[in-house]
Amino acid sequence: MSAVKPAVPPTAAPTPFAYFASATLKAFNTNKTSWIGLVVFLFVVVVAILAPWIAPFDPTDQNILEKLRAPTIEHWLGTDSFGRDTLSRLIWGARISLIIGVVSTLAAMVIGTAIGMLAGWHGGRLDTVTMQAMDVLLAFPSLILGLILVAMLGPSMTNIIIAIALTSIPPFARIARAPTIAVKEREFVDAGRALGYSDSRILIVHILPNILPEILVMGSLWLANAIRTEASLAFVGLGVKPPIATWGGMIREGFENILDSYWLALVPGVAILIVIFALNLLGDGLRDAIDPKLKGET
Amino acid sequence: MSTFLIRRLAFAFVTLFAVLTLVFVLVRIVPGDPAQLILGDQASREAIDALRHRLGLDMSMTQQYTAFLLGALRGDWGVSMVSGQPVIGEVLKVLPWTIELTLVSLIIGIVLGVPAGVYAAIHRNRFVDYAVRISSLLGLSFPPFVSAIILLLVFAIALPWFPVISARSGSALAWYQSITLPAVSLGLISAAYVTRVTRSAMLEVLSEDYVRTARAKGVPWNVVIWRHALRNALIPIITVVGLYLGILIGNSVLTEIVFSRPGLGKLLIGALNQRDYPMLQGMMVIYTLIVVLVNLLTDLAYGFVDPRVKLQ
Repeated sequence: MSAVKPAVPPTAAPTPFAYFASATLKAFNTNKTSWIGLVVFLFVVVVAILAPWIAPFDPTDQNILEKLRAPTIEHWLGTDSFGRDTLSRLIWGARISLIIGVVSTLAAMVIGTAIGMLAGWHGGRLDTVTMQAMDVLLAFPSLILGLILVAMLGPSMTNIIIAIALTSIPPFARIARAPTIAVKEREFVDAGRALGYSDSRILIVHILPNILPEILVMGSLWLANAIRTEASLAFVGLGVKPPIATWGGMIREGFENILDSYWLALVPGVAILIVIFALNLLGDGLRDAIDPKLKGET
Repeated sequence: MSTFLIRRLAFAFVTLFAVLTLVFVLVRIVPGDPAQLILGDQASREAIDALRHRLGLDMSMTQQYTAFLLGALRGDWGVSMVSGQPVIGEVLKVLPWTIELTLVSLIIGIVLGVPAGVYAAIHRNRFVDYAVRISSLLGLSFPPFVSAIILLLVFAIALPWFPVISARSGSALAWYQSITLPAVSLGLISAAYVTRVTRSAMLEVLSEDYVRTARAKGVPWNVVIWRHALRNALIPIITVVGLYLGILIGNSVLTEIVFSRPGLGKLLIGALNQRDYPMLQGMMVIYTLIVVLVNLLTDLAYGFVDPRVKLQ
């Protein structure tokens, strides 16, 4: 007899979430890099939350006498062209990246999932037209659409969130639709109908939990994408307005002094890379957990 | 012509029409009067009216929409607010630069990505597979401007092998020098995508019965991999490459800026900064045309590599 216990009692059918949780743990343990991704990402989250207490300087404090200093004991990562402390700006910048990334991804998740589920549930012409529209949106380069939206609406935090959320809706709609169609035919949905449950109750209580794991995995991967898009927008000058510190904005400003103060562009660039890489490692592990068949697919 | 092709052409047409409508709406959701925005607060009533007339803003929405659609299809995309030149001329002038950059990056991506993906799939769960998986994950984590800046720092500033400004053309050497860094910076990211999709498509195919049969009847392993398996794995690879081309065109905007390379990206950012609405509108049209064309080519490629597709 082996000491290995099944993750869920064999008598009870595992709920999708219990299955997701146990599969995640298993995937994480075989795939150590997922832990690295999770730990690094949580570290950045903590740094962003604690920004006011751990940043050594005010991120907007200018000191023209100290401008473009190389890293020193006082300024670990040097100072920028306004004499502001790079480390402090990096710490505060994490906040902007995370807030914009998380809020826009959540919005896209909710709206996209709703669209996909409704299209899949109702089928017919509504389904065809909606998904065609999603395909069109998906085909258009999202960065360019984001750029134009932000330029048109004006570069404020809300507008940047709106633009990024809009461009990230199609993948969620697509991923929510297929399982909805599959689940729609199952007996428990018929049973629910027979009991007189409304469509919305069946969709939210009975179908949503079945597709949530997949949506969450997509969420972690698209969070990475949202953070990259925010940085790209800021890099071309369509970020949250200066002097607020954003990573993309720091790279933009640093790029002007690339010949003599290369770290100004390099440091925030590497910070963005690390966060996105961590999220991708995490999402990759989660995806293996929910669907071993998809292992390593883009 | 097969029904498959007709259906795809119809979809391309619908896409084109839908995006053109989207462009029309987008350019008009700007808060405030574009003419006022362009001329500033000090402008006189007459100047604003004149500009409104020139931009066609004094027409009704339906008239504007019809004029826009007809103009877009005829190649009459209006006149740039900044240079005073026809938009289509300005766009066509820089288009080859962007196409060249995108294609060379894509070729780098395929040449590196397909063999790497195949190799990783054959050696599944061995060290080389993990190495390929992690490095491709790192590759696709790169914001394109970060990879561009790192390459610029190393190979143009620290080691002066390439120019800092990649706008040269003329001799073959100058061409090579101006395309290498931008194309490599985008190509490595493309390679990461291609590697991952190739690997997973190959894993799927390698577990098929016909692969086992081919091996059992004594077909050399190399032939099984490259002719039997890869041929069948091509469909998902083409899908991703086709979709990725759209991302690549978006990413090229950032690369062009880092390397000061002429192209659609620089034109777009210039138009955005100067609120050159006719130019923006025209650029959205050209991006849409490119995307629709790429989608069509992808569909044609499906039929080419897999005759079964045409029958569906």
